[in-house]
Amino acid sequence: MQKILFIDPEKCTGCRICETACSMHHEKVCNPARARIHVAKWEAAGLYIPVVCLHCETPICETVCPVRAIKRDEKTGAVVIDYNLCVGCRLCVLYCPFAGAGIDALTGKILKCDLCDGDPVCVRFCDSKALQYVKATRANMIKMRKAAEKFSELMQKLLTP
Amino acid sequence: MVWNRKIAYINLSTRKVVQKPVPKTMRQLYLGGRGIDMYLLFNHVKPKTDALNPQNVLIIGVGLLGGIPCLGAGRCDIAAKSPLTGAVGDSNVGGFFGPELRFAGFDYLVIAGKSKKPAYIWVQDGEVEVRDAAHLWGKDSIETQTAIRQDHGDEDIKCLVIGIAGENLVRFANVRTGMKNSGGRTGMGCVMGSKNLKGVTARGTMNLEFAKPEKLLDYCKEMNDMIIGTRWAKAQSRWGTMIIFSNTNTTGLIRTKNFQLNLLEDGQDLEPENIDRYSIGTAGCYGCVVHCRHRYVLKDGPYAPLFAEGPEYTSLGAFGTMVDCKKMETVLVANHMVNKYGLDTLETGGLIAWAMELYDKGIINDKTTGGLKLDWGNEEALFELIRQIAMREGFGNVLANGFRDAIAKIGRDSAYYAIQVKGMSNLHSDERPTPSFALGIATSTRGSDHLRSRPAVDMYGLPEEFLQELYGGPVSSDYTSYDGKSRMIWWQELLYAVTDSIGTCKFQTVFCAVHAPKWNEFSKLIQLATGMKFSKAQLMQIGERIYTVERMFNLREGFTRKDDNLPERYFKEPTPIGLPIAKGKKIDREKFEAMLDEYYALHGWNKNGVPTKKTLAKLGLNKEPTHII
Repeated sequence: MQKILFIDPEKCTGCRICETACSMHHEKVCNPARARIHVAKWEAAGLYIPVVCLHCETPICETVCPVRAIKRDEKTGAVVIDYNLCVGCRLCVLYCPFAGAGIDALTGKILKCDLCDGDPVCVRFCDSKALQYVKATRANMIKMRKAAEKFSELMQKLLTP
Repeated sequence: MVWNRKIAYINLSTRKVVQKPVPKTMRQLYLGGRGIDMYLLFNHVKPKTDALNPQNVLIIGVGLLGGIPCLGAGRCDIAAKSPLTGAVGDSNVGGFFGPELRFAGFDYLVIAGKSKKPAYIWVQDGEVEVRDAAHLWGKDSIETQTAIRQDHGDEDIKCLVIGIAGENLVRFANVRTGMKNSGGRTGMGCVMGSKNLKGVTARGTMNLEFAKPEKLLDYCKEMNDMIIGTRWAKAQSRWGTMIIFSNTNTTGLIRTKNFQLNLLEDGQDLEPENIDRYSIGTAGCYGCVVHCRHRYVLKDGPYAPLFAEGPEYTSLGAFGTMVDCKKMETVLVANHMVNKYGLDTLETGGLIAWAMELYDKGIINDKTTGGLKLDWGNEEALFELIRQIAMREGFGNVLANGFRDAIAKIGRDSAYYAIQVKGMSNLHSDERPTPSFALGIATSTRGSDHLRSRPAVDMYGLPEEFLQELYGGPVSSDYTSYDGKSRMIWWQELLYAVTDSIGTCKFQTVFCAVHAPKWNEFSKLIQLATGMKFSKAQLMQIGERIYTVERMFNLREGFTRKDDNLPERYFKEPTPIGLPIAKGKKIDREKFEAMLDEYYALHGWNKNGVPTKKTLAKLGLNKEPTHII
C-alpha cells in the first residue's frame, strides 16, 4: 500500500531541521530559503505549521501545468516535476492552495517536494514526529486516536463532578 | 563555505559600515562564536574603557558550525566589556538569529560608537544598514520584534533586541530574540542601550556551503540520535531544564530565601510535572531535537490571558525558591515579565532575594523600599520590584546597577548577604555540598555563573576509572570531595569554550549526559563542514586559548586571584537541611585555595592566576593584542 506524508502540526517544535536537511539533501547546501519545506511560524502565538506539498490525489498543479511536466511517481506516491519538460511558467506555484510548489530564488527553478525517492529526509530527521511517512491506514488511525482522545477528555469533564 | 562569511564593522556614530573577511588563521586559532568574539573583544576594547562609553565594542558572533541540522547549532555569542562586572561580558543565545545572520552573509558584527538617535541595524543578503528606530523605542522586547516584522511584512525576520530595561541602562539588561531566548548574562542589553541601539535584524537567503555536504548530513543525523539517545535529553525534551529541580531540591542543593535554606519545603507546586497544566507543547531552537522549552498559556487568574515560553530551571529559583514563592504560576508570570522588559532572570531574582533577606534582617525597611513590603513569598512585591528595576523607579533603581552599586548604596553588612562573585549574581544553586561547582562559579571569567564550567557529571557518582578516562586524570566520584575537582572544572571550561565557539548547545555535549558528543564528534563535524582538521588535543588547546584570552582581558581590567572567590557565607554557614550527604556542609577555605592552585596549574597560569610566559608562547598569545583583523 502507498505511503503518504503525514503532517501533525501539534507535534512540531519549530526547530527547522526539516528545512535545513531538505536543502542539504537536494541542493547540497544549507539554505532554508531553497528548501521544499518550510515551517510557517506565528512566534508570538506559539503556532508552528510545516508547509510542504501534500501530493494531492487530483493535483491542481498537474491540472494547470501547460506542458504536462507534473506526474505521479507510482513507486513513492510523490507528485513530481519532470524538469526536462518544465518551462518554469510558475502556474503550479500560482494555483496550489497549499503552497506546495515554490520558486528557487537562485536558479528560478520550481521547488517541489519529491519525497526523496521514497525516503523523505525531513521525516528521517523529524524527531518529534510532526512529519511521518506512513501507510494511509496508519495515518487514519493516528487521526482517529487523536479525535478519540478529545472525546475522552470531554467524557472526563462530564463525569468529574 | 564559512570562508565567505564576513565581519561587518559598524560605527554607530558615523553610520559607516566596513566589511572584511574572517582570516582563516582566526578560524584555526579560535574557531568562531565565543572564541573569535573574545579575540575581537581583547583587541578592540582598550584597557579600562568604561563599559557604557561609546568606545566599548559590542560583538555579535555566529558559531563555526552555525546552520547545520544538529545539536542546536544555531547559537550566537554576544560580547562586550560588561557594565555589570567590568570583566568579560559574554552571553550565548539560542533561537534562530545566529543562522539567519549567517544566511545573510555575516558571521560577525562589531558595533562601536553611539547613535545620536535610537537606531537598529538591518542586515540582509550581504548588506548592512543603520536605520532609524524612534518608533520602536519604548516597546517591550516582544512588541519590538512584532513591529519590525510588520514593518517589512516578513514573519521570518529574526531579531536581537533590547526591551525597556536595556533602554534604561539597567546594568543587567539582556538581549532578546523570539519569545524567550535571551543573551541573558553580563548586561549586553545595557551596552546596546548605551549605544542607542534597539536591535539588530537579519534576513538571509544565501547558500552556506560545506566541505562534504552529504556525509555531513548523515553525521548530523547520527549526532541527533546520539544526544536524544541519552536519558537526560529525553527527560529534558519532556520537561525542560526544570527536570533538574526534582533532583536538586530533594537533595538540598537549591538556595531558598536567598541563602538561608538549601531546599524549599512545600515546594511541590514547582515540580516540573506541573508545567503540564499550562503547556501547549515544547519548542526547539534552530537545529535542536531536544526542544527544552515549553510554550505555555495562562487561561485564568489575574494575569490571564498570557502566552509565553519557558520557564527554565533558573526561573524556578529566581522567582520561586530564592524569594520563597511556592507557586508555579508566580514563576510563569515573572518569567514572562522579565522577558518582556529584557532583564536577566538570574540577576533580577538574585537581587530581589537578597533585598528580601536584608528586609527580613532589618538592614533595609519600608523607608528604604519606598513602602514595598519585601516579605518572603510576597508575589505582588516581587512583580512590582521587577517593574521598578526595569523602569529604574524607586527602590528598583537602587538595584538596577547590580550588586556592587547596591551594596555601596545600602551599606551596613549588606555585602555579607549578597550571593555574588565578581559583581554578578549566582544561580539559585547552593554549591556548599559540591566543591567542584563552587570552584566553577569562583573561577568563571564572567562572574558567578554555572555555564562556564558546570560539571553536572559530578552528581552521578560514576566509577573513578570512567572519570579518569573522561577527564584525563584522577577525579573522585564523591561529589562532596575536593579531589580532582580542579581538573574537572578545567576540562569543562575548555569543553564549553569550544562548544560556544562552534555554536552548538551546551546541553548537547558533556553537561548532564556523559555519552553526549564531545571532542572527537566536534572534530568530525568541523572537518565535514569546513575541511579543517583538528585532533582532540588541538581542540582542547583552542579551548585553552579562548579561556586564557578571557583571563588576560580580566587581568588587564584589574581582576586578580582575590576575585576568584566565593561569598563569605560559603565558608562560614553550614547548609542547614537536606539529605545527609548535603546537610551540614560548607566550603573549607584551605582546601578551596588548594583546588584553586591546582586549577591554575592545569591552565598553565601561575599562583596569582596569571598565564605564564611559557603558556602564552604555547598558545601563540605572547604578541597579543595584535589587531590583525
